[in-house]
Amino acid sequence: MILLVLEQTLNGLQYGVMLLLMAAGLTLVFGIMNLVNLAHGSLYMVGAYLATGFYQWTGSFLASVALALAATLVVGIVVEVVALRTLYERDHLDQVLATFGLILFFNELIAIVWGRAALYSSLPGWLSGHMQVLPGVRYPVYRALVILVGLVVAALLYLMVTRTRLGMLIRAGASNRTMVAALGVNIRLLYTVVFGVGAALAGLAGLIAGPIYAVQPGMGEQILIQVFVVIVIGGIGSIRGAVVGAVIVGMVDTLGRAFLKPVLSIVLSPSAADTAGPALASMLIYMLMAAVLAVRPQGLFPVR
Amino acid sequence: MRTTIRASLIFLHTALMAVSPAAAAETVKIGFITSLSGPAGIIGKHMKDSVELALDHLGRKVGGLDVEIIYGDDQRKPDVGKQLADEMLKKHRVHFVSGIIWSNVMLAVAPTVTQAGTFMIGTNAGPHELAGKMCNELFFTTSWQNDQTPEAMGKYMQDQGIRDVYAMAPNYAAGKDMISGFKRYFKGRVVDEVYTKLGQQDYQAEISQIRAAHPKAVFVFYPGDMGIQFVKQYVQAGLREQIPLYSVYTIDEVTLPALKEVAVGIFETRYWSPDLKNEANQKYIGDFRKKFGYTPSFYGTQSYDGILLIDSAVRAVKGDLSNRKGMIAAMRKADYKSTRGTYTYNVNHFPIQNFYLLKTVKGAGGEVEMQIQKTVFENHKDAYYQDCGMKW
Amino acid sequence: MARSPRALTLAAGVLMLALVPVAAELLDQPFYVDLFRRIMIFAIAALSLDLILGYGGMVSFGHAAYLGIGAYAVGVLTHHGIANGYLQWSLAILGSALVALAIGAVSIRTSGVYFIMITLAFTQMLYYLGISIEEYGGDDGMRLAVRSQFPGLLDLRNATAFYYLVLGILLLFLLLGQRLVDARFGMVIRAARSNEPRARAIGFSPYRYKLTAFVISGAMCGLAGALLVNQTEYLTPEFMHWTRSGEIMFMVILGGIGTLMGPVLGAAVFLLLEDVLSAWTVHWQIILGPFLVLVVLFAKKGLIGLVPDEAAPGG
Repeated sequence: MILLVLEQTLNGLQYGVMLLLMAAGLTLVFGIMNLVNLAHGSLYMVGAYLATGFYQWTGSFLASVALALAATLVVGIVVEVVALRTLYERDHLDQVLATFGLILFFNELIAIVWGRAALYSSLPGWLSGHMQVLPGVRYPVYRALVILVGLVVAALLYLMVTRTRLGMLIRAGASNRTMVAALGVNIRLLYTVVFGVGAALAGLAGLIAGPIYAVQPGMGEQILIQVFVVIVIGGIGSIRGAVVGAVIVGMVDTLGRAFLKPVLSIVLSPSAADTAGPALASMLIYMLMAAVLAVRPQGLFPVR
Repeated sequence: MRTTIRASLIFLHTALMAVSPAAAAETVKIGFITSLSGPAGIIGKHMKDSVELALDHLGRKVGGLDVEIIYGDDQRKPDVGKQLADEMLKKHRVHFVSGIIWSNVMLAVAPTVTQAGTFMIGTNAGPHELAGKMCNELFFTTSWQNDQTPEAMGKYMQDQGIRDVYAMAPNYAAGKDMISGFKRYFKGRVVDEVYTKLGQQDYQAEISQIRAAHPKAVFVFYPGDMGIQFVKQYVQAGLREQIPLYSVYTIDEVTLPALKEVAVGIFETRYWSPDLKNEANQKYIGDFRKKFGYTPSFYGTQSYDGILLIDSAVRAVKGDLSNRKGMIAAMRKADYKSTRGTYTYNVNHFPIQNFYLLKTVKGAGGEVEMQIQKTVFENHKDAYYQDCGMKW
Repeated sequence: MARSPRALTLAAGVLMLALVPVAAELLDQPFYVDLFRRIMIFAIAALSLDLILGYGGMVSFGHAAYLGIGAYAVGVLTHHGIANGYLQWSLAILGSALVALAIGAVSIRTSGVYFIMITLAFTQMLYYLGISIEEYGGDDGMRLAVRSQFPGLLDLRNATAFYYLVLGILLLFLLLGQRLVDARFGMVIRAARSNEPRARAIGFSPYRYKLTAFVISGAMCGLAGALLVNQTEYLTPEFMHWTRSGEIMFMVILGGIGTLMGPVLGAAVFLLLEDVLSAWTVHWQIILGPFLVLVVLFAKKGLIGLVPDEAAPGG
């Protein structure tokens, strides 16, 4: 039983890492440009499609990762320059709508280019095995790698934000945009760079998701809402909040799915637990979010 | 004044309504509703392509008459489906409404159509309501009743003496129906029944629970992208070799291209398979691959059959579309070359047909395909027909 | 004042809506009664959202919740054999008002994106709740055995009678909306939108005013839900899906926020466009998507913004 809890904790962490990769980009873009970007999920989808396509084309998983990351970065920059740049000064309502329109556009575009059927995507042989984490606990290599990648990205983000000039500008931009611009920083370039980084992170999440999820049009929206829950719980614009939020949501969701029903069946009749367990498990993260906002209306780590 | 009103009405008519000339008697109009946009649009494509192939095979005539097909995209929403049905009935004045993937859309559409005195020819969803209390003489289906497929899997696993089964499905009505259909014939121990969130992507937590529960077999119902995700993750977790996976509506020709060798070794039950050896099926498969360049699925065969069934009815009444009684009588005979081979209709207008055990295997040419292993049920009737009051 | 182009458009619009059943009858095209009735039902939902969104600045991304509550009130009572419309619709209004009170009480403490997301979160909870209740069909939903019964008043099975009832409710809500906006209540809401601290400083508690507006809006949308389930004769948790909230919001923006006619116009254009485009190509969303973006970018006040509010000088 303890081993099972441990394994589920790893699962929760791994899911949290996926959420973090998405959440980091979204929260950065919000923090710096004050932009609510619903189309962030589309970049995730683009990343997954490009990685799958490149993998089939090159036959090398690592090459496909590198190519897809670069390509998603480019797509992100194009989207920023063409469509989103004009939205920074608009209110959130306009942004929500315009980026909702972009979602429809991207989903349909992907459906036209690749077809509506889910793409075939697979893991290379060297990643599809298992490793012994502890005696009695076997864990898929790929999922372990995902956790590792996530931790590395989180560390790099932390270093970037706290140690580099870009990070300094990001922090400054998040707290006072006009002042940064007044100090002679090329704010346009900063925005494009930040958006590109966010897009690449979403693409990274997408290409990680490719081999384990279904690569199909509309795949971005399935994860998007959970990512919003993460950044809202963490406090929008805060990288630290995104990290904490992602881990909390990943854990709560995973542990809820695994253990809510057995725990409820101690208190309730088995049939009542059968009904209430799954229902509650699917609502859990939303309840969590409502509870957090009821107590802290600006999330756990308010930026301003 | 009167003329101005009339003139503006005519203007309105032309402007808004893309005038269709009053239905000439020599044209059969068929409204075909399915999901064409969104992730489920791929299923709609299989169905639409099959309808077109059926019309090709019929020489673009239905029952010897000219035919007009109006496609509608229900977006998987019951209220949109209902609106489309109203539009087809009241604006296009169709003689038949056909198609429909989802049970909920079907439950919203079918009564609307039959109450208007029009035929509803279902080509996928088979909710138990329509097989039982809500059965109607104007409603026919070329597919199955939802429970039949899991019943066949339950029967097979029972016959094999498999015990200790772990059952999983999404947490919604169809998921629960599937598991209760399964348990109608499977009498062994069900270790646990797990219902997951509808549309869930990640099943790693559930897979860890399965491993810890040590069942002898796993039975799942995960349609569409949920199935792709579950099966991938199940196989990646190394469980396929340890605990055999039995599924319904999870591995099919729609999901197979995304799964390929990952799906090898998994069992399904179904009433049809591409390797069914009959003339109609081989012609359908061959021409379909030639025309559209991919392998069709059961969603397609049912839709193909639906058009042929309509053709047989119109032919029997010699094109007299007002002769409903004659068309009902004709359709009850199921007198056409179905891709599943011959079958008969039960009193509730659901097919009485065989169900087979299928296994995903690597075919001779190296491609992954489904092959029939054995017949589980011969001439299987659904569990609800006795609730249907129709007598004939 | 009453002869401003916008007022004339309103009058023309109402007249047109009133004539739809007559025209449909003359042209023998009864489908358009159904289509325009559906449009008006969504117009009511959009109007209710605009009251808080346009006037109160509260961007509720969960308005589909009340559509669902209203629909469930009717569906559940019918399921248990109570088809009395007065009872059903009262429950729809009361139920959605209570739910709005609960959601609003928590949500209004937040603002901006947090408000958007918390209203979304509550709606997601209700959506998953709807999916999980097997008694009422779960995800499949269930068929409405009979439409709401109003003995002695009218029969909803009569398409035209139902149509005029919906039109009547829409006009009533337009009128009510106008009264609300012009009343002191509406001014406080608008003041709170443009400058909340100032509103507070001059002695108003915006929270209570905003909450009241939120509840009124929820109740109106609940009635729209009761109408929608009668229109569709089918109850489904899909009414509460988040994309549905998005669509209602889009209708408001498309038509023009902070106006009463805007949402009505938006609902009409959106649903007609969807009907026409989806009949034309399966890739209709690739047209609808960029259209959304263009409206946001270029028609800042929505379509209604193209019609001047003031009478033309000298006109």
